[in-house]
Amino acid sequence: MASASHRPAPPRATAFWRDPRVRALFAQALVLGLVLLGAAYLVRNTLLNLERLGVSSGFGFLNTTAGFDISQTLIAYDRTYSYGRAFIVGLLNTFYVAAVGILLATVIGFVMGIARLSSNWLVAKVAAAYIEIVRNVPLLLQLIMWYVVVLGGLPAPRNSLALGESVFLNVRGLFIPRPQFEEGFGWVVAAFLASVVAVVVLARWARRRFEATGQPFPVFWTSLGVLFGLPALAFLLAGQPLSFEYPVLGRFRITGGMVMLPEFMAMVLGLSVYTGAFIAEIVRGGILAISKGQWEAAYALGLSRGQALRLIIVPQALRVIIPPQTSQYLNLTKNSSLGVAIGYPDFFNVAGTINNQTGQAVEVIAITMAVYLTLSLLISAFMNWYNARMALVER
Amino acid sequence: MAVAERGRSPALLPPVSERLGPLAWLKRNLFSTWYNSLLTILVGYLLYVVLVPFFEWAILNATFFGDSKEACDFDGACWALITSRLGQYLYGLYPVAERWRVNAAFLLLILAMVPLFLPRFRHRLLYACGLVFLYPPVAYLFFAGGVFGLPFVETAQWGGLFLTLVIAGVGITASLPIGVLLALGRRSEMPVIRALCVVFIEVIRGVPLVTILFMASVMLPLFLPPGVTIDKLLRALIGVALFASAYMAEVVRGGLQGIPKGQYEAAMALGLGYWQMMGYVVLPQALRMVIPGIVNTFIGLFKDTALVTIIGLYDLLGMSRFIIQDPKWLGLAAESYLFAGFGFWVFCFAMSRYSMYVEKVLSAGERR
Repeated sequence: MASASHRPAPPRATAFWRDPRVRALFAQALVLGLVLLGAAYLVRNTLLNLERLGVSSGFGFLNTTAGFDISQTLIAYDRTYSYGRAFIVGLLNTFYVAAVGILLATVIGFVMGIARLSSNWLVAKVAAAYIEIVRNVPLLLQLIMWYVVVLGGLPAPRNSLALGESVFLNVRGLFIPRPQFEEGFGWVVAAFLASVVAVVVLARWARRRFEATGQPFPVFWTSLGVLFGLPALAFLLAGQPLSFEYPVLGRFRITGGMVMLPEFMAMVLGLSVYTGAFIAEIVRGGILAISKGQWEAAYALGLSRGQALRLIIVPQALRVIIPPQTSQYLNLTKNSSLGVAIGYPDFFNVAGTINNQTGQAVEVIAITMAVYLTLSLLISAFMNWYNARMALVER
Repeated sequence: MAVAERGRSPALLPPVSERLGPLAWLKRNLFSTWYNSLLTILVGYLLYVVLVPFFEWAILNATFFGDSKEACDFDGACWALITSRLGQYLYGLYPVAERWRVNAAFLLLILAMVPLFLPRFRHRLLYACGLVFLYPPVAYLFFAGGVFGLPFVETAQWGGLFLTLVIAGVGITASLPIGVLLALGRRSEMPVIRALCVVFIEVIRGVPLVTILFMASVMLPLFLPPGVTIDKLLRALIGVALFASAYMAEVVRGGLQGIPKGQYEAAMALGLGYWQMMGYVVLPQALRMVIPGIVNTFIGLFKDTALVTIIGLYDLLGMSRFIIQDPKWLGLAAESYLFAGFGFWVFCFAMSRYSMYVEKVLSAGERR
């Protein structure tokens, strides 16, 4: 065979086991077979084990009574509700902490990222120190420190730190007035929605006018005025349909008002401070990625440093920033599952409790993984869409 | 503006034209405009308010030695906790008389790695591969014992920084080869293999590590034939290794995508088969390109090992949690966690500096 191949011989069929297509088919069949065999083996073992442990399989347990309390519920829930309901309560808690955390982390990240590039030496160094310390310490440790050391070190209710007469901070949490919406508050909401529409229309009009005539319009300040002014006007006209139920400082505890549990605060602080450090680095990288010529051109046009940042640099930097930013948001959402270590009742924590109570490990884990996977896919789909929109601006 | 240039091109320093005196430096860097001055004063004040009390607490009023928290001042840190329990922070509940074995195994690793740094050593790659396969069993013999007259130490007694390093080490050494295979599989032309790899990578990356660890600790026993049990540490190791491999696969894939097509074609034109092409031509270039990414994955992995605390292992974090439950040291959470945090920080910070250094060396060729 070897000697034949040196000579320009007429093409002959190679042996079938040397045909790459046959080989590829064979390799795939082999791998697939092995995977299926392995899976079958695991499933068989699992079924045997479950039978031995006397656990019935299926999702019927979702309808049975949960019988445990959850410390923070966004929808009606107590121990008489079902396991299915408990899952939803946990999921909402995850959404809640992730949403607040993402907002705060973005603010911290942008401020710190820009601060690290500041021409003020002290500000730049402080930002750098924050980033280098926070990024290199495990999040779990930071969460525990926020919870045990910082929030656990707050005074007892009777010695609460108070802001005025209505906001109290103590070891049991942050107590704030609870807003009570009375009749007619719908008008305020309607006014707010109307002002949002007005702002969108205004921004479009201003942009068109700017492109046609070159005359700028102070969209930001006008929008701010409209967004706050219109609802405020409606509020006054409707006869101030909003009152507050204030927390009252008692001898041993605080009654009334709304409370943010220390677990929740620790989660929000820990997640946003940690993720903020990563976002700061992404923001810094994004700003540095813009070539120096853009800065110089902006200065040559007579823009100030702030204007150059806002009008020239940030819009371009956002394109570099958004893709890695997405994965940070995703990470934050997934990291909220660490709430289990400090007792925040997020989805994973509730799932763990349900698993302990029912022993339905396979079903509980399947639900948990499905929920987190869906969440990841949703967030990345949304960010891809947003990213595509941003990229379109490019000519 | 000088700020945006920093770190760009250290080789292209501007001509030496000015030297700032301390006052001029202050004026330029801290008080250049009125709002900069205001910012400086504000930040300076905040730093003063935070750092001075912290310094007083941590250094001036602190107690460094003692047998229990009674030895400590009320208004200072009680570092006596750390000094008297240092052994447990480092080795967990490993028997005191046997701790030398841990030291010896780590020393052995350092000695075995020396040839890798000798410039004239020829078979570096082969040697490294051999080390990866031979060292873990040897280390296990040292750690667990039970042979050669070494008393057996069960894994439940492993702990502290030692356990953190073991988990991170196993995760790192397992994730690189598995990650490379997964990355190759994801870019393979065989649909079945590609689909399997994509599903594995995306599922693992889509769920939090706690879920994987939880699954490893709850599901793995169910997967095994009845009667077979599996060590708790081993379960955590499997979970961590799977998790890290999926992330590593994505980093490696980035490198593979960065290799120009011409390299593949040249390799095929030379008559190299798939594995030869990957092993001799593509992977060496791709891996070198993504070294910073690999190191960053290692840093993430090192931090993530702290999560094994949740499934009841006593790594550095778990140990610092465990020690302050001792009535003698009850309530010294701040000191214990600060120390653990410092431990993690040292390793992660060193790795991140290394990654920055490598990045600089690698990009030296591109920057003229």
